[in-house]
Amino acid sequence: MGEFFRVLADNQDLFVDGFTNTVKLFLISAVFTLVLGTLLGAMRVSPVPALRAFGAAYVNVLRNTPLTLVFAFLVFAVPKLDVNIDYFPAACIALTLYTSAFVCEVVRSGVNTVAAGQAEAARALGMTFDQVLGLIVLPQALRSMVPPMMSVMIAMLKNTTIAAGFSVLEAGAIPAYMAERGEPQFAVLLWITIGFLILILPLVFLQRFLERKWTVAR
Amino acid sequence: MRIARMAALTAMAALALSAAACGEEGAPTPSGAGNGSDAPGGDTCQTSGTTFTPASNVAITGSPTYDKIKAAGKVSVGVKFDQPFLGYKDAQGTRCGFDIEIAQYVASKLGIDPTKIEYKEIPSANRETAIKGGEVDYYVGTYSITDKRKNDISFAGPYYVAGQALLVRKDETAITGKDTLKGKKVCSATGSTPIQKVRDEGLTEPENIVEFKTYSECVSQLLDGKVDALTTDDAILKGYAAQAAGELKVVGEPFSTEKYGIGLPKDDKALRDYVNDQIQAAFTDGTWQKIYDGTLGKSGSSATPPTLERY
Repeated sequence: MGEFFRVLADNQDLFVDGFTNTVKLFLISAVFTLVLGTLLGAMRVSPVPALRAFGAAYVNVLRNTPLTLVFAFLVFAVPKLDVNIDYFPAACIALTLYTSAFVCEVVRSGVNTVAAGQAEAARALGMTFDQVLGLIVLPQALRSMVPPMMSVMIAMLKNTTIAAGFSVLEAGAIPAYMAERGEPQFAVLLWITIGFLILILPLVFLQRFLERKWTVAR
Repeated sequence: MRIARMAALTAMAALALSAAACGEEGAPTPSGAGNGSDAPGGDTCQTSGTTFTPASNVAITGSPTYDKIKAAGKVSVGVKFDQPFLGYKDAQGTRCGFDIEIAQYVASKLGIDPTKIEYKEIPSANRETAIKGGEVDYYVGTYSITDKRKNDISFAGPYYVAGQALLVRKDETAITGKDTLKGKKVCSATGSTPIQKVRDEGLTEPENIVEFKTYSECVSQLLDGKVDALTTDDAILKGYAAQAAGELKVVGEPFSTEKYGIGLPKDDKALRDYVNDQIQAAFTDGTWQKIYDGTLGKSGSSATPPTLERY
């Protein structure tokens, strides 16, 4: 047991650096993902066929591509086009592009929970598409979107560990360092699990809070 | 130009796909004296041509590892697969290189035919775990003997002494040694000793340190101009320089001493002593030199057998 705590105490620097980067990666990607994902979701329910087609194509391509390949594409293939992206931004872009496809589908399914009559009534009042979506549909859709959205965000938080393979020193890179330092892998992995629990629990509480706050009788 | 780039891009995507698919041990690998010299391209294995005849009447008493190997009639060996001229697996699935032949030599001395070797590609970070867990019987793959590692496993050897050096693009003139790295992007394997040395000694700024899982990925970044130098043991770098002839070169005096040992289960002293004896025999009878000259020696630098450490 003493050995277990010693692993953390002796390697604080690595755990702090690693998890700080994980949080940075998550927060930056989360902001862009929510924006891009909502935009894509709006495209998929928009009345313009070209936008719908673009949204559908985006979701189908990105959702069917393993995240590792999205990373590999940005880090190994894009430089061949003489486009140079640094590794941390590349990781943010990869996570954003990939997770947006999932956020888009959460938004779309949320919108679908709003009765068609709501949108029709809004249109009958002369509202534009932006107004219908922004004032009538999305606020209602938001409520049913909370739990799946949190699942997507939690998945993204864990997906940040893939960046370790692409030169971003975050929590996923800790095991490699610890192995080289000769620390027991079992304890290391347990500490990483505990680290992620600490990061994910607030998200779970946020979900509960929002669910309770926005609950409505239907 | 545009088309060429698109083609390169598609090829990269295909490569990434196949790399992902090959994470698992794929097709059975023809091992031993496989020499696919008739296959096209530079990705073919070249062996030193040394033949490894399984020894009969092997007697090692008190070694649980050997008992296990003997009972199974085969041996599982941890290796690297992406280090040209050291531990390499070519497009045909043939394995070759200095470390591979050392592994085959040791197997033959354990009475196992080298074709009965079950190779396992264990990344550096998982080596101790694989040996401790019995996943491999021994490990031969640029495995530096360190006191910390001796807590977990045992080492036979060293069978080779390497030193940390730098690999740069052929036209690079600014980087000549470890003290010229400031402001340059330096790549190595995630968490590896060489990159920790660069970080600890402040050879370059922390934001200029680039880490990938494998050295090959660093080589790719080096060729694309995204990093300026790759640092690790000169043995590994010489292999890459020989592979990408005309594009890369090794610079700088070695600035560390890495003694490569054969990783063995801890407390199996009987096996360690036996393997040490066999390595010594290879030093003395010229087998070691023959293996070296036929593999790493092709990079143009000569080497002589090191001195065994029987700790």
